[in-house]
Amino acid sequence: MKGPEGMNQKKELILRIKDIHKSFGGKEVLKGISFDVYKGETKVIIGPSGMGKSTLLRCINQLTFPDQGTIWLRDQEVTHHNLREINLFRQKIGMVFQDFNLFDHLDAVRNVEIALIKVKGMKKEEAREKAMHELKKVGLGKQASLYPAQLSGGQKQRVSIARALAMDPEVMLFDEPTSALDPELIGEVLGVMQKLAREGMTMVVITHEMGFARSVADEIIFLEKGKLLESGPPEILFYQPKYERTRRFLFKLTELYGDLNGKK
Amino acid sequence: MENFIVIYQALPFLLQGIITTLGLVLSALFLGFIIGVPLSVGQVFGSSWTKKFIGIYIWFFRGLPILVLLFLFYYGLFNMIGLNLSAFVAAVLVLGLRSSAYQAQIFRGSIQSLGQGQLLAAQSLGMSTGKAIWNIILPQALRLSIPGWSNEYPAMLTESAVTYAIGVMEVLTRGNFIASRTYKPMPIYLTCAIIFLILSYSGMKILHILEEKVRIPGFEE
Amino acid sequence: MINLDFFLEILFPSLLEGLIMTMQLICWSIPIGLVMGVIIAIGRVYGNVLVSFFSKAYIIFFRGTPLLILLFILYYGFPSIGIYLSPFVAAVIGFVLCSSSYHAEYIRGAIQSVRSGQVLAAQALGMSKLSAVFNIVLPQALRRAIPGCSNEIIYLIKYSSLAFMVTCIELTGAGKIVASRYFTYTEVFLVIGAIYLIIVSLATKLLNILEERASFPGWENRK
Repeated sequence: MKGPEGMNQKKELILRIKDIHKSFGGKEVLKGISFDVYKGETKVIIGPSGMGKSTLLRCINQLTFPDQGTIWLRDQEVTHHNLREINLFRQKIGMVFQDFNLFDHLDAVRNVEIALIKVKGMKKEEAREKAMHELKKVGLGKQASLYPAQLSGGQKQRVSIARALAMDPEVMLFDEPTSALDPELIGEVLGVMQKLAREGMTMVVITHEMGFARSVADEIIFLEKGKLLESGPPEILFYQPKYERTRRFLFKLTELYGDLNGKK
Repeated sequence: MENFIVIYQALPFLLQGIITTLGLVLSALFLGFIIGVPLSVGQVFGSSWTKKFIGIYIWFFRGLPILVLLFLFYYGLFNMIGLNLSAFVAAVLVLGLRSSAYQAQIFRGSIQSLGQGQLLAAQSLGMSTGKAIWNIILPQALRLSIPGWSNEYPAMLTESAVTYAIGVMEVLTRGNFIASRTYKPMPIYLTCAIIFLILSYSGMKILHILEEKVRIPGFEE
Repeated sequence: MINLDFFLEILFPSLLEGLIMTMQLICWSIPIGLVMGVIIAIGRVYGNVLVSFFSKAYIIFFRGTPLLILLFILYYGFPSIGIYLSPFVAAVIGFVLCSSSYHAEYIRGAIQSVRSGQVLAAQALGMSKLSAVFNIVLPQALRRAIPGCSNEIIYLIKYSSLAFMVTCIELTGAGKIVASRYFTYTEVFLVIGAIYLIIVSLATKLLNILEERASFPGWENRK
C-alpha cells in the first residue's frame, strides 16, 4: 500500500485508518471512520462523550478489533493479523490511558523497563538505562523508585508516557490523558505532550483541552455519533466551522475548559 | 450394579447420621455464638486483663488441631474433672468452644470497623456503655458479621467429620462402619462425600437467603 | 506413676518421632498444594470452557468434602480399584487436594481483583496475554492472596494430625498411642497441644514477615 494520491513529497504516511466500523451489542459506535496521520503530525480528536473516540483509538492498536475496515502502519496492514503479529505492531504504537494503568506492583522505573525486558528482550542494565533516560525526559528522574500509589496523578501519567516512549513507537495514542487529573496537575502532563509534539513525535490525541488543541494540533477531527463530521486545522475549525453542531460543541467546551488561548 | 445395591442398602443408615451431623453442627455453632459474642465485646471494650485472657483463650482454641482438642477434652480433661459425657455432648462442647474463638474474631472485626462514632453518639444521648453496646453496637456489628459468619457453617460441617475419632455416630462414622462390613469402601465413602456436599451447598443457599432478608439498604459500606 | 521419667523416657522420644513425621507431612504438602492451587486458579480464570469447568468442579468437590473422607477414600478405598498407597503418601495426596482447592479459590479471587486496565496496558506495550498474566497479573494476585493462603497453610499444619486416622503415626498419633497405654490423656495432649501452639505461632510469624516483605506501597487499598 502506497501513500495517498496527490501526496506531497515531504509528507511521510505513518497511519492510515480506513472505513472503521465497530458495534457493541447492536449499537454501532463507529460508522466508517477514515483519516491519515503523517509523520510529525499531531491529530486531536474531539467530540461528545460516548464510546466512539476511545474505541477508535483502541481499534488502532487492536486492543479492540474493528468489525470492518483497515488500518495501516506505514505500508503494513495492522488489521487481520494473528495475535503474535499484532503484538509486534503494538510495540510501535504507544498508548497512554485516561486512568494511567501503571502496573501497581512495580515502581516507576520498573514500570518503564518491564516491556523493554519482557517484550523487546533487552538486557536488564540496558533497559534500566533507557528507562531512566525516559523518566528524566518527563521530569521524573528523582521519582524512579516510587510506586504508583506514592505518585500524584500528574506524575503517574508522566510515567505512563515514559513507559510508552521507551518502546520507541512510531506514533503515540493519547486517550483523554488529563481527564482523570485534578485541574492543577493537568498542566504538567500537557507540557510534556507539547514538548513531544515540538520534537516531532507523531501523535493522535483525544482531549477536551482546547488550549492544547489550539496550540499543538495540526488537524482537529470532530467525531459525532460515530461519524467524522468535519476536520481541519484549528484556525479553520475553531473560527469557521462548517456545521452549527461543531460550533455549538466547541462553544460548550470553551465554557467548561477555558478559552481557545488556553486561559482558564 | 453391585455398588448401587450396597449404596441403596446403606442409605437409610447413613441418612440417620445426617441428624447427628446437623445436630452437632448447629448446636456447636449456637454455643460458639453464645460464647463468641461476649468474648468479642470483652476484647474490644474490656480491661487490659480481660483482653489478655480472651486473647489467650482464642490463641489456644485456634492453635490446636481439632483432633487434639477432642482427645484432650473427651479422654482427658472431662474425665479428670469427673464429667462423664457422651461422645456427642463432648463433641458439641469442643466444637462449640473452638468455634467461639473463631466467631469472636469475626465479631471483633465488625465491632472495630464501626469505629468510635457510634459509641460516642449513643453515649452523648445519655446511654451507659453497656446499653450502647447492646442497643447500638451489637445490632450493627452482628449484621456486618453475617458474610464472614456464613463461612463458619461449611467449615464446621467438614470439621464435624473428625468427631469420628471419638465415635460420634455422624455420617462418616456410620459410613466407616458399613465400609468395613461390606468391603465396599469406595461407593460408601463417595456417598458420604456427596451427602456432605449437599448439606454444605443447601446450607449455604439458606444462609444466603437469610442474608438478603436481614439486609438494611445502604448499610454495606 | 506420672513422674519425670515418664516424660523423659517414654513420652518425649515417641513425640519426637511423631513430630518428625508431622514435619515431613507439612513440608511435602504445603509447597505442592500451593503450586497446584496456582495451576487450578489459572485454569479456572483463563482456561477454556472445559478446563474452567473442571477447575471449578475440583474446587467445589475438595472444599466441600471433609478431609477425613478424602483420606479414607485414598487409603481404604483405593485398594479396591487396585491402587495401594502408603499411609504417608495417602495423607500427603489428601492434604494437597484439600489445601490446593482452598488456595485456588483465594488466588482466583485475587486474580479477578486485578484491575482490567493492567492487562490492557500490558497488551498495549506489545505483551502477549500469557506474558501479561505471568509478569503483571500473577505477581499482583499472588501478593494479594497471601493472607488467605497463609490461613490455609496454618489450617493444613493443624489438619496434618488427621494423617493418624489413616495409620500414619505423626505427632498426634504418637501421643495417642502413649496416652492410651499409660492412660495419661490430659498430660500427653497438653504437651502435644503446646507443641502445636508453638509450631502454629512460629508459622504465623513467618508468614506475616513474608506478607510484609511482599507488600508494595498502596497495594492494600486497591479496588
